[in-house]
Amino acid sequence: MIVNLIKFIKLMCLRLLGFQVKKSALVAILLIVVVSLSVSLGAFRGQNRLIVSTTTSLYDTGLLDFIAERYFQLYHIKLDFIAAGTGQALEHARRGDADVVLTHSPSLERQFLKERVVGVRKIIAYNFFIIVGPGEDPAGIKGLPPVRALTKIATSGVTWISRGDNSGTHLKEKSLWEKAGIQPAGQEWYIESGTGMGPTLQIANEKGAYTLTDTGTYLKYQKEGLINLAPLIESGEDLLNVYSVMAVNPEENRQVNFSGAVAFIAFLTSEEGQKTIEDFGKEEFGVSLFNPAVQLLRTDSAVAEWIRDYAFIENSECPPEYRLGQEGLYQ
Amino acid sequence: MAVHMKLHRVTRRYDGITALSEVDLEVKNGEVLTIIGPNGAGKTTLLRILALLDEPSSGEISYRGQRVDRSSVQEYRKRITMVFQRPVLFNDTVFENIAYGLRLRGLEGEEVAQRVNDALSSVMLDGFGSRPAKKLSGGEQQRVVLARALALEPELLLLDEPTANLDPTNAHIVERIIKNLRGRTTVVVATHNIFQARRLSDRVGCLLNGKIIDIDRPRNIFIKPKNEIIRKFARGEFF
Amino acid sequence: MSEQLLDIVLRSLWISGTALLLSLLWSLPLALILGLRRFRGRNTIISFFNAMLGVPTVALGLFLYLLFSRRGALGAFSLLYTPTAIMIGQAILITPILISLLTSAIEAVDPRIRDLARTLGASERQASLTILREARKGSILAGVSAFNRAIAELGIALMLGGNIEGLTRVMTTQIALGVNRGEIILSLEATLVLLAIVFTLTLIANRFRGD
Repeated sequence: MIVNLIKFIKLMCLRLLGFQVKKSALVAILLIVVVSLSVSLGAFRGQNRLIVSTTTSLYDTGLLDFIAERYFQLYHIKLDFIAAGTGQALEHARRGDADVVLTHSPSLERQFLKERVVGVRKIIAYNFFIIVGPGEDPAGIKGLPPVRALTKIATSGVTWISRGDNSGTHLKEKSLWEKAGIQPAGQEWYIESGTGMGPTLQIANEKGAYTLTDTGTYLKYQKEGLINLAPLIESGEDLLNVYSVMAVNPEENRQVNFSGAVAFIAFLTSEEGQKTIEDFGKEEFGVSLFNPAVQLLRTDSAVAEWIRDYAFIENSECPPEYRLGQEGLYQ
Repeated sequence: MAVHMKLHRVTRRYDGITALSEVDLEVKNGEVLTIIGPNGAGKTTLLRILALLDEPSSGEISYRGQRVDRSSVQEYRKRITMVFQRPVLFNDTVFENIAYGLRLRGLEGEEVAQRVNDALSSVMLDGFGSRPAKKLSGGEQQRVVLARALALEPELLLLDEPTANLDPTNAHIVERIIKNLRGRTTVVVATHNIFQARRLSDRVGCLLNGKIIDIDRPRNIFIKPKNEIIRKFARGEFF
Repeated sequence: MSEQLLDIVLRSLWISGTALLLSLLWSLPLALILGLRRFRGRNTIISFFNAMLGVPTVALGLFLYLLFSRRGALGAFSLLYTPTAIMIGQAILITPILISLLTSAIEAVDPRIRDLARTLGASERQASLTILREARKGSILAGVSAFNRAIAELGIALMLGGNIEGLTRVMTTQIALGVNRGEIILSLEATLVLLAIVFTLTLIANRFRGD
């Protein structure tokens, strides 16, 4: 069949060009054409896109695909998410391989702002990590303040599973151990999974152990019957998780899509964007997995104070010198 | 008779040995010329030179009076066909093997099929077209490669020990085909079988250590040799 | 087959298929030269490609990532996180295996075939193509092996593609990362399809092995 096709093309070439084309030359040209088409088709999006670098824990919750859908419906712009560890997510910004960064690690965000790798930081959402464990709660930590709970776990010797992968969740967990004045590394009851939140929960489930998790992953796995753990401590200033968006600074990397980044940030902080964030998870789990922060930060509520204490940099979500001319977002 | 191909002082050296040394040879139009000599005498090398497969280290070649050089060798090669000592076949059907050369010459479709079938008939292999060439017996394969050569209707046909590995029946068929070509196609046969040389040839050339020591009609080689060396040669004493 | 799965599978086939064709563009001529000609340094070159057979995909992936990154030498082409980046990466990855197997296939052809072709009237170029045709069984095996290597690799697709949904998500990245997202069924399905493809192709290729 292919032989006939080539014969046919040869004939057409003869008619059009007026001379014979060697069969092997024809095959070679055909090959080159097919390859170039494929390759350039694949590169097509390379030029006009918005690359959002984020952490795996955030991406794996599904929130970002949800936002991307809404964003596309409204503006017909496709968002490309690159999920990596927190450190890596910010590294992408430094290399200019991303246009926007979505993270939940204020200390690292501060560092990158100061290095002028990113700017235009806005806090868009918050939620709480939760400590989950077996329903019987062998260490008896239910309802305790987080730090006290950890101390109890350490002394009771019940197993604790840690992410151990320097993810946002892991960093939060480490800060809690620090606050409790405990060095869990190397202890018998302390196990590092070195893997994602889902598998970590499954390990905890298998071993009847405790672990720190985000609400979204926990609810999803619980709902699908993959685990059966109870939420034992569900809020508290120490468990606060604050999500921020930042644009990559075009000064350092001229190729970044800065205008696209600013537009996206504007959307996330707008009423429409904040509502989208709030809507996520409502249908499936009955609760919002992420709470909008923009409106909240205008108030004096307890949680707002917690956020300011934990995630503000020099008393602002973004010090003026890092606003990269986008004052309009900070009124 | 007109001269078909001429070698003038042709020497061929490779891998440090001198296979042919200052060979003068005239191949006459339409004749059956047999080159006899012991193994290692240079028969295959001589045939390859005539086939324009290898370039001589020194000396000149002319084809029908025209000098053969690098730019024209490809063209002349199309008018010469060599059949090797052991059958070399493409990994394909008998038909495709024979059609290969025809297609190279621009033939296609019906014409190719016609020529292939005629060639198969001439070697008494009618109907073998669709068989995988490599699965045939040795004798059948040798006839296929002969058919392949004949289908191209070459002006000059070179055969290297064409019956050395054949049973008497197949050998007989091949010799008959060679005889039938006389007059129409010029044939040069390399063999160490002096009886075959006596049977087939118009002329016999004696090749020893890369040199042609004599070339004459069979009568003057085998019956009335002109000197002691030729007589010894004709009796197979150097073989 | 769900729409999601179909999207991922087709994309995998498209990307790795193009990678194979792309690699053929330079591997085939190189294999012809290595297989047909004898020259000084030939064995060194062949040994080099044999050595490259075992290069870890993540190592190559990292190297190319630095190259394609906007800060990298080829940053201006904005190739990072596009299917093209994966195509190029996989094409480079499978070049050693393609060249090794193709060269072997060509070497295995009876050396007298070249003379045969020439005495039947073929030019040098035509003779080379005839040898290639004689080596077609081994060539198919080479192509299939190379394709399998490409479609089943993870390191390059991950580092250069970013597993972006609807753009660079392929079977291997789905399998590796989908579980973390709770997409267990989809990842399992992708695993089965990938195995089926690799198996089937290998079975077909083995029919062409040896003569």
